[in-house]
This record gives sequence, C-alpha cells and structure tokens, in this order.
Amino acid sequence: MKRLGAIILVVAVLAAVPLVVQSNTTLNFLVVTLLVALAGQGWNILGGYGGQYSFGHAAFFGTGAYATAILQVRYGVNAWPAFAAGIALGAAVGWIIGALTFRAGLRGSYFALVTLAFAEVLRIIASVAPITGAGVGTLVKLDLRFEALQFQSRASFYWFILALVAVSLLIAHAIERSRFGAYLIAVRENEDAAKALGVNTTRIKLGAMVISAAITAASGCFYTQYFLFIDSGIAYGARMSVEALLTPIIGGVGTVFGPLVGALVVQALGEAAKHVAGDAPGLSLIVYGCVLVLVIGFAPRGLIGLVDTARRAVARPAKREAVNG
Amino acid sequence: MLSPVILITAILNGLLTGAVYALVALGLTLIYGVLHIINFAHGALLSAAMFAAFFSFTLLRLDPYLAVFVVTPAFFLLGYLLQRFVIGPTSRGDDRNMLLVTLGLSVVIENVLLYSFRADTRTIDVPYAFETLDLGFTFLPIPRLIGFGVVFLVALALWALMRFTDVGKAIRAVAKEKLGAQLSGIDVAHVYAMTFGLGTACVAIAACLLMPSYYVNPTVGNAFVLIAFTIVVLGGMGSVPGALIGGFVIGVVESLSGLFLGESLGQIGIFLIFIAVLLVRPTGLFGAKA
Repeated sequence: MKRLGAIILVVAVLAAVPLVVQSNTTLNFLVVTLLVALAGQGWNILGGYGGQYSFGHAAFFGTGAYATAILQVRYGVNAWPAFAAGIALGAAVGWIIGALTFRAGLRGSYFALVTLAFAEVLRIIASVAPITGAGVGTLVKLDLRFEALQFQSRASFYWFILALVAVSLLIAHAIERSRFGAYLIAVRENEDAAKALGVNTTRIKLGAMVISAAITAASGCFYTQYFLFIDSGIAYGARMSVEALLTPIIGGVGTVFGPLVGALVVQALGEAAKHVAGDAPGLSLIVYGCVLVLVIGFAPRGLIGLVDTARRAVARPAKREAVNG
Repeated sequence: MLSPVILITAILNGLLTGAVYALVALGLTLIYGVLHIINFAHGALLSAAMFAAFFSFTLLRLDPYLAVFVVTPAFFLLGYLLQRFVIGPTSRGDDRNMLLVTLGLSVVIENVLLYSFRADTRTIDVPYAFETLDLGFTFLPIPRLIGFGVVFLVALALWALMRFTDVGKAIRAVAKEKLGAQLSGIDVAHVYAMTFGLGTACVAIAACLLMPSYYVNPTVGNAFVLIAFTIVVLGGMGSVPGALIGGFVIGVVESLSGLFLGESLGQIGIFLIFIAVLLVRPTGLFGAKA
C-alpha cells in the first residue's frame, strides 16, 4: 500500500510539472527522459527482476517504432490502433526470441550475446528492406490532431508518455507483489534451485520477456508519434539497447522506481556534458559508459540502493542512542 | 552458373579473410576460456588498435607490419591494466557485472574514438596495398597472404607459450581449477590480467594486419567482433583450434554468400549461422560441455 501511494504521489507531482514549467526545451527534455524511463522499465522487468541481461532491447523498441510508422504510412491505419499493434508486435518478437533462447537453455553471457545478435539482424534487415524505407527511413505525416495521436502542445505529449510510464510503474508494482514476481526473483537468485522446487523457469522467463518487450515496444511506438521519423540506426541501433539497460542499473536494478530515477540522472548528465564540452557526437555516450562502470563498481544496487544504505546508516546510530539513553 | 575459377577465387579469398577473423576470435576465446566471460569490449579495442596502427603510419611513418611490434606490447599492457584495475575490481567476480563492465568499456572506448576522430573513414596508402600473387588462374592480394602467414605464427607462438612457459601453465591451471590454482600460490588476479592482455594483444596484431588493405573508423571493430562472436560460438567457447577452424569456415561462408546474395545480405547469413548454432548446439562444434 505504501508503494502504491508513492507511485500515485510521484506521478501526480510529475503531472503537475507542465502547469509550472512552460519552456519547450525543458518539456522536450522531460518527454525524452520519460521515453527512456519507459524503455528502461521494460528491460528492468526481465533484467532487474528476472536476472536475464538482454543487450538487444532495441529489437523491441525498433519493432514498436517501425510497426506504428509503417501501419500508418503504408496501410493507412489510424495512429491509435497502429500504436496498439506496435506494442503487440513488440511483444510477439519478445515471445519468439524468448521461446527460441530459453528453450535452448541460454543463460548469462550467451543470452546477452544472442539478444544482441537478434537486434543486429533486425537492424540489417531494416536497413535494406523496401517496406521500412531501407536506408532513407520512414516519415510519418504531420497531422496535429488527437485522432492522429499527435498533439498541438508538448504538454499533451508529456502527459501521454507520463500515463504510459505510470502504467509501467503499476505493472512493476503488481509483479513485485504477485506469485509470478516471486518466481521470477527466484529464477534470478538461483535458477537451478528454483527449478528443483518445481518452478517452470522457462515459462516464467518467457512471461517476463513478453511483458518486458511490450513495455519497451511502447516506448518505440511513442518515439514514432513524437519525432515522426524512424530509421534502422535509431530503431535497432546499439544506443537504444544500451540506454534501456543503463537506466535501471543506474537507478536501481529490480526496483519499481529504478528506471525513472536512472533516466532522470542519465539524461541530466548527458545534458550537462553538452553544456560543458559542446554538442559533439559520442559525448553523452562516453558519460553513460563511465557512469555504468562506476555504478557497478561503487553502487551495485544503483542510486536507490545508495540512498537506502545511507538511510539505514543514519537510522542505526540513532536507535543505538535511544537504547543507551 | 558461375565458373569454377570465380568460385575457387572466392573460397581462397574467404580463407585469407578468415585468418584475420580467426585471430580476433582467438583473443576472444582465450579470455572466455580463462575468465568465463564474453568480452564485449573486444570490438572497441580492435577499433582503437586500428587507430593506433593508422597514426603510427601517418605520424611516425611506421609501416603497419613494423608498427605491430609497438602496438602489440602497448595493447597487451592496456588489456592487462584494464582487467587488473577496472574490470576485476568493479565486477568483484560476478558474471553479470563483468558483462556490464565490458559493455560499458566498449561504449566509452568507441565514443572516445568518435569524439576524437569523428565518424570519418580513413585509409593508409602503402605501396604494396594492391600487389598480388599470380596463381595462373587467379590473383591473390599480397597483404592478405602476409596476414594469413602471420596468423599461423601467432597461433603457434601462443600454443608454445601455453605449453612450455610458467605463465602458460598458470593460465591453464586457473582455467581448469581456479580455487586449486589459488591454493597452490598462483596469483589469480595477475593471471586473469595476463590473459586479458594476451587477448587484447591478438586484437592489436589483427589490427596491424588489417590496416594495409582495410579502412578505419570508430565502429569498424564491431563488424569484426560480431563475426568473431560467431566464430567463437561455432568453434566452441574457449577452444583454440575451434577458433581457428571456425575463422576459416566463416571467412569462406561470408565470401560465398557475398558472391551469391550480395554484401549486406551476406552479413545476415553469418548472423543466422550464429543464432542457429547458439540455439541448436551452444557448446559449438569443438567445445566441451557448457
């Protein structure tokens, strides 16, 4: 209940931001931050709770983005069902990859490697296939109407992505409290032991993969509606895969708020680097890579873990004093 | 139907390219065999080594085949230091952490290169770049033939190092039984770093062999390393003969599928092999049990 209250509070505070902040630059920054947080929450379900580290979540992001764009541009489908179809297709790709890899018993390094390879195969296909616009990419027509899922104001886009993030927070919360979540965490902690106790680990992992893929695909669908353009590098490139895993790991892996906290920190650091050293290619990723190594070295449970430890360190001496006094 | 000459030329070229792939894969499999991690920074290190070879040529007028004697020790040291002071301490022996740290390193290295040298593609101009050996029915490029020979020398040297030196013995001991090796007084952190250094040195040699006939840009290593992953998976993680044979197989497959399907689809052929092998026989053709 306390957690649910926290989710409502955080979402309410974030929802109030556009009422105070009118700057388009700031709102744009926050929209991108929430987009990355959503992609990261997808990774967090599988990687954070299930311990299956995917290096290719761009496969789902890109599928959602392309499906939303292609259905509208080539098949004249309305943006709303196209958005939903993008999520469903992303989940389907997750199911296929999961069914293949988990049935084959791939774990750890092998799982990371094969997810990376799938994203790369999709990237190459998308860069040559005519349906994706090959090297040119796909443009979605500007049509600023609610029915076309495009909004006049950035604030509306912001509230829309915030709603998606809110749903993803609720999903993570529900998983944490469910039997499925307990099984998933058991798989992360010791897969063989979980199996020995009768947990159908393949099915649990597959379930997590599908939910994870659907959430990350949703961020891809939103990307298309917000930027109205997608190409193979953006959709299936390594950058998205890295950002999706970076945010939960920095924020706190396997926690409800980890991806959101991580996305805020990562995006803020990226902006700060731009201000200090000028906007140059590669700069933000240098910062991300360094932060990733530092967090693993010094804060393995992420920033949320750090805060947690600090709070306990403060609380403990206080208690001792109380006993002595 | 294609004439047999074209087919044989494609196969020979595939074997020559495959040798360099094998060398990159050798470094990867060596690290996996001892540390039991996939080094995701391998590709970025290859790009970095190719830049090192490039600048040795443009700034110091050092031929890539001579630069190998400078770049290789430098990258051995770099690899040693990375494992000893970055990867080892930050990951604390946890496999998932090691994966992420090497991924983080690869992101940093690749983007430092991008930031410093931009995305431009560069080549060096050596007089022998286009020289060929006339076989009567076809021509083979000299730089690739040299590469082919060097790869065999390196593989032989590595085998001798593993077989006859104390370092090699220690590495083999750690690979087989880490705790036992530690109990008999072997410094495991040192051995890990030596192995990582050797793996990185392989990449440095490969970079110098590639430079005369190839181009360099900040992401050039990725293409090679995805192929090297495929080779290592095909040959069996940790298996040295597997890496060599896998290298030649993939070189030929790439050359033939490029011939029949065109460049970019040829690449997909390699990935499909990769995914198929992982799914059907993840221990590879020569690997021991997982």
